[in-house]
Amino acid sequence: MRLPCPICGDRDRREFYYQGAAVALSRPAPDADAAAWEDYVHLRENQPGDLDELWSHDAGCGAWLVVTRNTVTHAVSGAKLASEATR
Amino acid sequence: MADALTLTATTPCYGLLPKTIGTCVLTETDLGALTSVAPYKQGAAGALKDAHGMDFPAPNRTTGKQGARAIWFGRDMALLAGPAPDAALAEHAALTDQTDAWACVTLSGDDAAAVLARLVPVDLSLAKFKRGHTARTQLGHLNASITRTGVDSFLILAFRSMAATLVHDLVTAMESLAARR
Amino acid sequence: MRIAGKGRIDRSKTVSFRFDGIQYQGFAGDTVASALLANGVRLMGRSFKYHRPRGVLTAGSEEPNALMTIGVGAGREPNVRATVQELYEGLEARSQNAFPSLNFDLLSVNDLASPFLSAGFYYKTFMWPRAFWEKLYEPAIRRAAGLGALSGEADQDRYEKAFAFCDLLIIGAGPAGLMAALVAAKSGADVILADEDAQMGGRLLADTETVDGQGGADWAASVLNELAGMDNVRLMTRTTVTGAYDQGTFGALERVSHHIARPDGRLPRETFWRIVAQRSILAAGALERPIAFRNNDRPGIMTAGAVRSYLNRWGVAPGKAVTVFANNDDAHRTALDLIAAGVHVTAVLDSRPDAQAQGDYRLIRGAQVCNSAGRKGLDAITYRTTSGEDKLATDCLAMSGGWNPTVHLTCHMNGRPEWNESMASFVPGKEAIPGMTVAGAASGRFTLHGCLTSGAEAARDALSDFGKTVADVTVPQADDTPYKVAPLWAVAGKGRAWLDFQNDVTVKDVKQAAIENFRSVEHMKRYTTQGMATDQGKNSNVAALAVLADATGRGIPETGTTTFRPPYTPVTLAALGAGSRGKGFAPERHTTSHAASVAMGAPMIEAGLWYRPSYFPRKGESNWRQSCDREVGHVRGAVGVCDVSTLGKIDIQGPDAAKLLDFAYTNVFSTLKVGRVRYGLMLREDGHVMDDGTTARLGETHFAMTTTTAAAGQVMRHLEFIAQVHHPEWDVRIMSVTEQWAQFAIAGPKSRDLVNGLVETPIDNDTWPFMACGPVRVAGIDARLFRISFSGEHAYELAVPAHYGDALFRVLVKRAEALEGGAYGMEALNVLRIEKGHITHSEIHGRTTAFDVGMERMISAKKDCIGKTMAAREGLIDDDRGQLVGLKPVGAIKKLTAGAHLYSESSEAVPANDQGYVTSVAFSPDFGHYIGLGFVRGGAARHGDRLRFVDALRGMDTVVEVCNPVFLDPEGGRARG
Repeated sequence: MRLPCPICGDRDRREFYYQGAAVALSRPAPDADAAAWEDYVHLRENQPGDLDELWSHDAGCGAWLVVTRNTVTHAVSGAKLASEATR
Repeated sequence: MADALTLTATTPCYGLLPKTIGTCVLTETDLGALTSVAPYKQGAAGALKDAHGMDFPAPNRTTGKQGARAIWFGRDMALLAGPAPDAALAEHAALTDQTDAWACVTLSGDDAAAVLARLVPVDLSLAKFKRGHTARTQLGHLNASITRTGVDSFLILAFRSMAATLVHDLVTAMESLAARR
Repeated sequence: MRIAGKGRIDRSKTVSFRFDGIQYQGFAGDTVASALLANGVRLMGRSFKYHRPRGVLTAGSEEPNALMTIGVGAGREPNVRATVQELYEGLEARSQNAFPSLNFDLLSVNDLASPFLSAGFYYKTFMWPRAFWEKLYEPAIRRAAGLGALSGEADQDRYEKAFAFCDLLIIGAGPAGLMAALVAAKSGADVILADEDAQMGGRLLADTETVDGQGGADWAASVLNELAGMDNVRLMTRTTVTGAYDQGTFGALERVSHHIARPDGRLPRETFWRIVAQRSILAAGALERPIAFRNNDRPGIMTAGAVRSYLNRWGVAPGKAVTVFANNDDAHRTALDLIAAGVHVTAVLDSRPDAQAQGDYRLIRGAQVCNSAGRKGLDAITYRTTSGEDKLATDCLAMSGGWNPTVHLTCHMNGRPEWNESMASFVPGKEAIPGMTVAGAASGRFTLHGCLTSGAEAARDALSDFGKTVADVTVPQADDTPYKVAPLWAVAGKGRAWLDFQNDVTVKDVKQAAIENFRSVEHMKRYTTQGMATDQGKNSNVAALAVLADATGRGIPETGTTTFRPPYTPVTLAALGAGSRGKGFAPERHTTSHAASVAMGAPMIEAGLWYRPSYFPRKGESNWRQSCDREVGHVRGAVGVCDVSTLGKIDIQGPDAAKLLDFAYTNVFSTLKVGRVRYGLMLREDGHVMDDGTTARLGETHFAMTTTTAAAGQVMRHLEFIAQVHHPEWDVRIMSVTEQWAQFAIAGPKSRDLVNGLVETPIDNDTWPFMACGPVRVAGIDARLFRISFSGEHAYELAVPAHYGDALFRVLVKRAEALEGGAYGMEALNVLRIEKGHITHSEIHGRTTAFDVGMERMISAKKDCIGKTMAAREGLIDDDRGQLVGLKPVGAIKKLTAGAHLYSESSEAVPANDQGYVTSVAFSPDFGHYIGLGFVRGGAARHGDRLRFVDALRGMDTVVEVCNPVFLDPEGGRARG
């Protein structure tokens, strides 16, 4: 598998570290209710199809990325820097 | 008061290099001072140009010339190789001394690109990776910075503590290519 | 038997080899199979289950029968297909799966027992009694079954991995692949042409068809010559593309030195390539199908295409009197080629009543072979026509049930092939692999003209993606007579008719599976084991599912196929794990004191990737405990020196550096004064402890963080996560400096004496109090000095640029020894920290909270931080949770072990009664007994309680007393002194 790093270009999957669904982009307020935090920390939809995921280009530029990947076909339809992702 | 004391410097590949195998030569390279230049929000391109006469390198590129280079080194980061950083730069970028942090080696020879193809998951062919191009990637298990410095030569940086593994992996690949000739 | 003037072997180079100890001669260019056939050897193996005598069925990598062990010694290789093993001088081949010999195999008794060994035999037979399976049935079956065996010794040969990149990967160098490569290469694309064979050309090497009037093989040679001269082309022979993966990545196995008699020891045996291609063309050709009839597995019976390969490529006639049995026109070419070469063709038996003769030979229309005869080799066949049965004496039967396009790679990403009625075969599904075009016979274009044309078309299609101008290349003239076939899968009749030769699966087995309601093709496969051998059903899948379709009254498209998965042909585990042996297994990280420590005799132990000294033995010390106790004494009584460079060191700079630390740590760092150090605790977002360490403020906007050795990489990534994902608006930069600084702990009452002997400006308790830090100069070098203590003693950590680490360590050790101290290793370091109750990842192991380790007050109420909200969850601050305690042995056994569990003294040692567990233990020379750290339910309030200590693993059962985890100097006076 290869991922399109917006900085380095297409790179082999071995250069990346996987973090999971990109829910971290919207961290609840410290005083949000327990359900919001439970959702954020533990609960994932796990639906087939396109999913925004967080990957770190650990062995490359070191950027955290939001990669849109189809969990059925593994087709990657886009990647952007997490620092520039809309949240 | 301190007694008279001298500390002798030891380079990362001390006792390991040079090696000549087949068409390739692997040597340790003294790049001078190494400083990571990580610009703050307002940017440091102008400051780098003013202080050292080099453009801030675009991703996967180097600027400057031998002895005073700026090697792109990661997200919004360059490695200044050669001169000690101008103090004025610190206003614009986080400067971190990396002089002792990296094992710096040069691999050269006809088979140099083929040797690296055993270890590096990036296309380093001359057509795609020209002189002055650089990549942050892996070399075997190691995180590395690889720069093409000539038609058949590459500058490779890996963690200092892993110098022995760096040399082991490169030598194994050099032997494999030598045996094919 | 060699045929004079035929073949592409080099008759000037004789090659000697041995098969089962007997010496034979072949020629350069032979395979083991072609050389054996040339020597009249037909019996090459025994079948898997029934131990039936078998000869070659094919001439390629799909071979199911002729599997051999090649080579001798540790690196001998079992299950090598004789059809792909190139001959070299001195090659040793051994047959497999036969005892005591290939000619007389005792287990061929299985063949007589075949009525009992049919489909599902194992499932039905070895069921009861249950206990017998593991002890009796399985070992017995494993001994009897199976293919070749490994030597049992470590294979010392090298294997290697490599990466390649191209615009266009062309898989298969037959007519379609060559044509595609020519068009693409001339148009300027970066091309890799890979072929599993040693010689490129595919069927052009095995057939006599012409291209533009010249011999097909000659045309191939001229194209290859042209391609070899182009910089943008890489020709990869002996390279099988084994799998198609995501985003244009392919796996390919190159057999580098299997064909060399005495290879250079540095040369890898195999290279496993990862090829990345923008586009790909699959031109893998087609595989011929056998026909199932009674006793169709006798040596001498092979596919018609294989007979042509042996004849045309290797100059070997596989028989003196050859019979052809087919359901299609293509096989008639076998008869024509044999006749042209002067080999007697007894007849062509064509199952089609309307078959047309293509030359001067005896054609029997509407004929089906229904049996064969001959011990260990074919003597005769029986065939049936509307006018009855008849016999033919023949020593070779060339059979053809038609051709299957090699669709395998198109199925590797869940693509499904589609049934084509007119060709009676599956063709690749559309766009099954993104970026892949299928050309030639692999796409169902069976004529030579079709192959060449579709190869050129596929190249043009790919080129349009690269924006290259297509070079003007004319497709050469070639035969375009349509391929005609009428399905014939299995000849009706009694007896056993083989479908899967390698796994001994017959037509009857498949029918029985259907009767027993294993009607799905996937169920039939698993019930009968059809397609589960190393050929993965290449020779049998389509016929087997056709038989199943017939037995279940469905059509073939409804029945469907099983799934083809990677690899296309077997890949050795050594190739997949290439480079990961010995020093290649994992990187070794050496500190700058490594050489000096080794020179001092210190055993080096692994700490993650790092190597650290366990202890430094001195003369007269006979075990590690003596050294360790002495080293602890150095630190408590004089001064010890320890390399702590492995701890993660992170440089954090920028206007918002303090904000980052406040958010990452539970406690506040923005209030830390410049020149001071603070201990910090980091949580994960779920409220559990991630890591701990100290951070120094070097300047208003400049911090130096340390992490534990184990979590250095994780913390670095975590800080970047905060900076890039949570707070990209903060102006802060993070850089690892673990490698830049060699850092040494100098600990003990005499530590300041040692430090003052080194630094240019002496320090005292006022200028450099506990938790102070700052720059110092040592021998003219800029260094950093931190007054921090992991041992609980008056201690410092001195950091110098790593170039000077080796020299400084040697000086430190010498001077410490002069002060009646010395170097200390990991064992002493561990004792010292346990005596002080300092935690490591033995305690913060991922399931403990700040509350558990007694640090809940370190979670600042004044600010948010990672993990703060979740750490406040009810269950994470429950008084009944395991809390950090000290432990002392008070029972009969004076030793403690980590991993032991704790129970109430009177209760049974079962999980329901668990009160806690032990995480760290050490023998404390300061207290003269073992001490331990652990977690005990409500432990903070239970100091003085006695608990039962049970280590089930080591068989220990004793009593411990719960106490304060800080055994030594709980007030901390020593560190401040």
